[in-house]
Amino acid sequence: MALLTVDELSVTFTARGRRDVTAVSGVSFDVPQGEVVGLVGESGCGKSVTSLALMGLLPRRGVRLGGRADFDGTDLLTLSPSRMRDLRGRQLAMIFQDPLSSLNPVVPIGVQVTEILARHRGMKGERARKEAASLLDRVGIPDPDRRLKEYPHQLSGGMRQRALIAMAVACAPRLLIADEPTTALDVTIQAQILELLRELVDQEGTALLMITHDLGVVAGLCDRVNVLYAGKVVEAAERRPLFSDPAHPYAHGLLGSIPRLDAPRGLPLHPIRGSINDTIAWADGCAFAPRCDHYTLECLEGTPALAEPAGLGQPGHLVRCVNPVLDSSDLHTPLLEAPVPVASAEGDTAAPSSGAPAGTPSDTTPDTGTTPATATDGEPGDAPGKDTPA
Amino acid sequence: MLRLIVRRLLQLIPTLVGLSVLLFIWLHRLPGGPTAALLGERATEADRRQAEALLGLDQPLWVQYGRFLRRLVELDLGTSIRTGRPVWEEFTMRFPATVELALAAMFLAILIGVPLGYFAARRRGGWLDIGAVTGSLIGICIPVFFLAFLLKEVFAVVLGWFPSVGRQSTGINATDVTGFHVLDGILTGEWDASADALWHLVLPAVALASIPLAIITRMTRASVLEVLQEDYVRTAESKGLRRRVVRLRHVMRNALLPVVTAIGLLTGGLLSGAVLTETVFSWGGIGSFIRDAIDGRDYPVLMGFILFIALIYVLINLLVDLAYSVIDPRVRVH
Repeated sequence: MALLTVDELSVTFTARGRRDVTAVSGVSFDVPQGEVVGLVGESGCGKSVTSLALMGLLPRRGVRLGGRADFDGTDLLTLSPSRMRDLRGRQLAMIFQDPLSSLNPVVPIGVQVTEILARHRGMKGERARKEAASLLDRVGIPDPDRRLKEYPHQLSGGMRQRALIAMAVACAPRLLIADEPTTALDVTIQAQILELLRELVDQEGTALLMITHDLGVVAGLCDRVNVLYAGKVVEAAERRPLFSDPAHPYAHGLLGSIPRLDAPRGLPLHPIRGSINDTIAWADGCAFAPRCDHYTLECLEGTPALAEPAGLGQPGHLVRCVNPVLDSSDLHTPLLEAPVPVASAEGDTAAPSSGAPAGTPSDTTPDTGTTPATATDGEPGDAPGKDTPA
Repeated sequence: MLRLIVRRLLQLIPTLVGLSVLLFIWLHRLPGGPTAALLGERATEADRRQAEALLGLDQPLWVQYGRFLRRLVELDLGTSIRTGRPVWEEFTMRFPATVELALAAMFLAILIGVPLGYFAARRRGGWLDIGAVTGSLIGICIPVFFLAFLLKEVFAVVLGWFPSVGRQSTGINATDVTGFHVLDGILTGEWDASADALWHLVLPAVALASIPLAIITRMTRASVLEVLQEDYVRTAESKGLRRRVVRLRHVMRNALLPVVTAIGLLTGGLLSGAVLTETVFSWGGIGSFIRDAIDGRDYPVLMGFILFIALIYVLINLLVDLAYSVIDPRVRVH
């Protein structure tokens, strides 16, 4: 039994006088204790909304939730706001994308760390300050006593993200949700932050739900990956099979779009056609069909089921597609070829030239009509080090 | 911090000197003069010349200004042409009443405006929000003298709940310490006098508070709406903090920054602009005295008053800057 079981989660925004918008429709996945589960997809696919729904941070008005999210036996979606408040920060914690805007500019770091200790662990005064200092120390912030008195604008970007992580792990939560925690950071810092997260998971047995658009991050950190498209999981698999045999044409396309550094000059990139706006309602068929190279008329006969396709031979590799890609030999999957990523025992910095580029599906402008993956966007996966396969 | 204060106070000197030169020239250029008002219509040209000579107004302007400046250095603002009493004395007699009224109005405006703005933003689109927005629109639009008359008519004349004029009931024999009646009563332990003064304060303070209240409510509301969208508020919520902590430490502390600036400027405005309210309630503040001084071209009084107000504005600005550096570490001065 997984720590968190999300079952058919749906989130619909209802505004008076406007059409309802379903951001997440029937997403299901598990997050077991001590594992890192990735939720991958391009902007607008419902990743962040899913995380906010789990944390109970969506506005109560104008939002309709469906499905269940069982966290150790309690449904997070139906919990009262005050029970949720008790749980947040203590059992579930979240790390946000932009560390500068996510910290209160006019409150010292120390107060922002100790306030959570006071709230959930009843720590006050000197005791709380000492604990806060040791937390900062633990996430790798040098000279914590001085940093506690400083304000967010006095810290570097990496240190801010470390401070946010310190707050998130202050009460040793059982589930950590990280929403694009490295997007706002430069490459070297990205690798360090990912390494830190991995350490926390390994040492504390925390479950980590990693939300990202960066395939490099996924390859480096996640044990299991869920690929989201237009509010639904389209492929779910262990990390290795996902990267070696992506069966859904979308996932296949994402990996195929990663530019190769060793490719001859002038070779065109392979973007996925169209943009996330070229979609049809899931009820009418596969939302990816308009952009899909494997599209047949069968694709328009209702929502495809998330199932294990015959011929793939990997138990637990689920694909929502009627024409899955069964042969991925055409793919060059650099993310796995290089002794994959993360947590290095000694190396603190990534060497951008050492290995394969990481791809980023999305977060590029949708109006370009393509979803190119860019190599510039981060090579955290290049950090040499030990791989921790599932 | 101390260096900032000293520097700003030193900057004050050239500002005030420059201002006084401009004012001096401008005031003396105004058509008419103090003698016409003083002597009446039947005065002859000779009478007027004699009076001018007596007041030193026949001298070249720069000589007059030199005299003014020399006296100013000794903190002497000169003598009122109309009343013949020292300007300083006239001010100290009347200013406490004005300051008391202005502070009471500002206190009221902050006490109501800030929470009202907060809750209006929190429940955006709700009845409280609609009420606050409409009410503040009315508050800004309604002429202060009209509101003053209305309040006086309804609550003083018809209902008789509050006194209609003055700062004190006639029977009260209060000791004068600072000139602030409410404060004096507290200082001397004359609680009756204090309560009586407070009772007199209510209607004029409410009338005077209408505009600052409207502005503070609107600014707080807009500012809170903006801050509620900020990522750090979501972070605070994600930590499961108590609502009170999120509200005060994370929302209000940031939302109040622009409001503090507005409060400073509004307070300056109240001190110089309470004339109408003071007139309606026969308040005995500086307002009507200044109006008469303008009519009578009472140069020393006008110079003194305007410089004094300018000084207050500068000081309030300094106070606002200091408050800012306390609330917002990003503008902290080194």
